[in-house]
Amino acid sequence: MTIRSEKLMDLSSAIAAFVTDRCHLSIGGFTVNRNPMGAVYEIIRQGRKKMHLYAHSNGQGVDELVGAGCIEKLEIAYAGNGRFAPTCIRFKQAVQNGTILVEDYSNYQMNLRFQAGAMGVPFLPTRSSLGTDIINKWGFSREVREQDPRIPDEKLVVGKNPFPGWADTENLVFVPAINPDVTIIHVQQADELGTARIQGLTMADVEQAKAAKHLIVTCEELVTTHEMKLHPDSNQIPHFCVDAVVHLPWGAYPTACYNFYDYDPFFLNDYKKIASDDNLYQKYLDDYIYGTKNHQERLDVAGDLRLQTIKADPRTGYAINLDRK
Amino acid sequence: MQLILTENKGRETAMADYTLRELMTIAAAREIPDGAIIFCGTGISMVAAMAAKHINAPNSTIFFETGAIDSLLEELPLAVADPRVMYYTAVNGALNDAFCYMQNRKTGKQVVGIMGAAQIDCYGNLNSTVIGDYHQPKVRFSGSGGASDVASFVDHSLIFMQHEKRKFVNKVDYLTSPGWLDGAGGRERAGLTGQGPSKVITNMAIMGFDKITKRMFLESYYPGITPDQILENMAFDVDISQAKELLPPTSEEIKILREKCDPQGLII
Repeated sequence: MTIRSEKLMDLSSAIAAFVTDRCHLSIGGFTVNRNPMGAVYEIIRQGRKKMHLYAHSNGQGVDELVGAGCIEKLEIAYAGNGRFAPTCIRFKQAVQNGTILVEDYSNYQMNLRFQAGAMGVPFLPTRSSLGTDIINKWGFSREVREQDPRIPDEKLVVGKNPFPGWADTENLVFVPAINPDVTIIHVQQADELGTARIQGLTMADVEQAKAAKHLIVTCEELVTTHEMKLHPDSNQIPHFCVDAVVHLPWGAYPTACYNFYDYDPFFLNDYKKIASDDNLYQKYLDDYIYGTKNHQERLDVAGDLRLQTIKADPRTGYAINLDRK
Repeated sequence: MQLILTENKGRETAMADYTLRELMTIAAAREIPDGAIIFCGTGISMVAAMAAKHINAPNSTIFFETGAIDSLLEELPLAVADPRVMYYTAVNGALNDAFCYMQNRKTGKQVVGIMGAAQIDCYGNLNSTVIGDYHQPKVRFSGSGGASDVASFVDHSLIFMQHEKRKFVNKVDYLTSPGWLDGAGGRERAGLTGQGPSKVITNMAIMGFDKITKRMFLESYYPGITPDQILENMAFDVDISQAKELLPPTSEEIKILREKCDPQGLII
């Protein structure tokens, strides 16, 4: 059992303690928003390999983990990054070169899978994707599936409604639960016990957090438990789900963190060019990630001027009139 | 780069100079009924939803798969998780909520979905996953995201496509999002409750689907385009006998699009 006072950790120790080679990882956020990027960069720095990543639509975080060679298998619904990358670039290259194995689901299916994991049931039903290749084509062969007891032997199963005629439904798709070894989310506020508060959209973070065997929460602000309990309606994750709390300002950078900062459109445009060229990408890894000791040094590379430019306007929660072309 | 299609000088309805992307956006917006609950993705589909709300469907509600309901959209979001979708909403929820609104018995019927894809077949089945073999793809795309979900669930959907032979194909390389599947009765046989796509909006035309056979046909073509040009840009034949020329956008529609929907010129 986790001893409460030991939860507050620095990023490097938290990643070293819970994220291992070959572990099954899930990360929170969605495309350009609230990806736990500080943690992603630390995983890359620590050289984790052959991991199995679960995502629904985590653009930037997925692309950087894949680009740095940390991922062997990926289960995903959408690998794009909005207008910055209709298809994530290193992901695209890795799939086309056959260096990662991908299993495709829909967004709702991935959400149900995390939800099933959080509920402790083996699967949840939906009608989504009946008649499609999401059902007919498997990215992981049965042999690959049988080699890892942490993944089910079936990608998904189509079956009859066990309540005949109920809700006008004959056929259903049963999607299997996910219980990641570790989930990492970045939130706006948390206390040292782990109670966490997300502002803006929660995406699937809450389901991902509750499905995990271990949960790391990185936060913009570390606040007192008293402060968290004064506004409990705003909190989504109770302390007992959490194994490590890391105080990490700008922890989602270069993705956005609502009410704190916007995504960095200058970096994301640069990244598009960098990621499209193997030499530039290697130099990027060396200069921005391996060459920086921690997230603060990574932020120093971006520079204070850049960070000030994307700071959120207090009325809207994003940087108004930001040059996003 | 913007292409000026036609100038339409001297028409009584005050036609505007417009670009092709503007025409496509307006064409899609006009298909959205007032009172609709509009599900949209990023890019042109988001601008079309905003245009509908400003022009012909003022009582509609835009929502995103990320769970943002009725966002003010003071600035144009560049992703459905852009913080711009989170400001001044009715509800900031989560993905699970958003997909429930598409399927529950009360709100599901009102949802209009807007999607895009890399390939489409004559029954409106979509591919947004791979070109080539799934296990050794020539080109890999983003994958379904919420597209397969919305295509499975809702009764009304609009699809944006570029009209090219390699995109309008006899068989999609990977069927990501269900259209009418194999035609009449296909969805029922698979167990899908929602309907297949209503319209395909391209850079040349609006395509509809036959009520009985569910096969695609040419509904209307854009000013300056001929039905034969459209057929030349598709790998399969479609019925062109019912096709008419589309009314170009009015200057009022174009003004709203430019000034209210995408004033920073990020998408259009």
